[in-house]
Amino acid sequence: MSLVDVADVAAGVCLVVGALLTLIAAIGILRFPDLLTRMHSATKPQVLGLLVILLGLALRLREPAALGLLVMVAVFQMVTTPIGSHMVGRASFRAGQVRRDLLVVDDLSHTLPVDPTSPEK
Amino acid sequence: MRTAPQRPDELSRPPRVAGLQPAAVLWLAAVWVALWGDLSAFTVVGGLVVAVAVCLVFPFPRLRMRLRVRPLWLGWLVVRFLADVVVASVQVSWTTLQLRREPRNAVIEVDLRTDSDLVLTVVAEMTSLVPGSLVVEARRSTHTLFLHVLDAGDQRGVDKMRRQTFALERRVVMALGADTGPVQETRSEEVSS
Repeated sequence: MSLVDVADVAAGVCLVVGALLTLIAAIGILRFPDLLTRMHSATKPQVLGLLVILLGLALRLREPAALGLLVMVAVFQMVTTPIGSHMVGRASFRAGQVRRDLLVVDDLSHTLPVDPTSPEK
Repeated sequence: MRTAPQRPDELSRPPRVAGLQPAAVLWLAAVWVALWGDLSAFTVVGGLVVAVAVCLVFPFPRLRMRLRVRPLWLGWLVVRFLADVVVASVQVSWTTLQLRREPRNAVIEVDLRTDSDLVLTVVAEMTSLVPGSLVVEARRSTHTLFLHVLDAGDQRGVDKMRRQTFALERRVVMALGADTGPVQETRSEEVSS
């Protein structure tokens, strides 16, 4: 087996693993009970899943131009994802869309001003 | 996050030219070249022109920070981060696939020991990227993060998450040496608990 073959096989493995992680993320979105837990699924396995898929693409494409683009995708995804998930999570928590019965510890609720529009009293 | 008009950098808005920061221009030009996918005079000059235009149209206040990057510690930070992402991804995937079990989550307060905005930002970004923890609230005034922890389980899981966040903060400070002053040791009981 030449080096190219090894890279091809490794690329294939990376793509399959990345796809599996993304599939698990999709299952999580369907199965988890409230928005905050779903956010974990929607944003997180993506981090590793995306990195692995990009690695697989890099191993297969083997061109500097494509590599630059893949690095950009990784950087921007990793910089923007936390901010997006933070804004959604923050809004949902403040709107009271939390299954409080599933929280074992809640340090935040009592520090927030009471929101009269919240569905919970 | 929140645009407080009383912030001094909002009042003394820098003149447009001050938005022209060499580092920002170079970075934007590099992005431009990477998006074109080839390194030629056309893309480099075009990138510089676009970068200057972007900096003039959207001027940012100049960041004042004294970074003291320690390459070895930075490498350690990155390696530990990738390891954390892999381990946590497996854990979250396992939690996801146990379809019958409802996860027992927690919202915990982590009061960072440093009072640097940069450290707060980097720690928040990195905790968010590690699966299982999500920043639901960040207080700049007290440098406090509120994390939603997926399937923390019980008090022990909560303490573990808190310890991990403090350890991450320490690694960030060691790697970037941001203008934080020394890390306060007064709260060490939270680490040992």
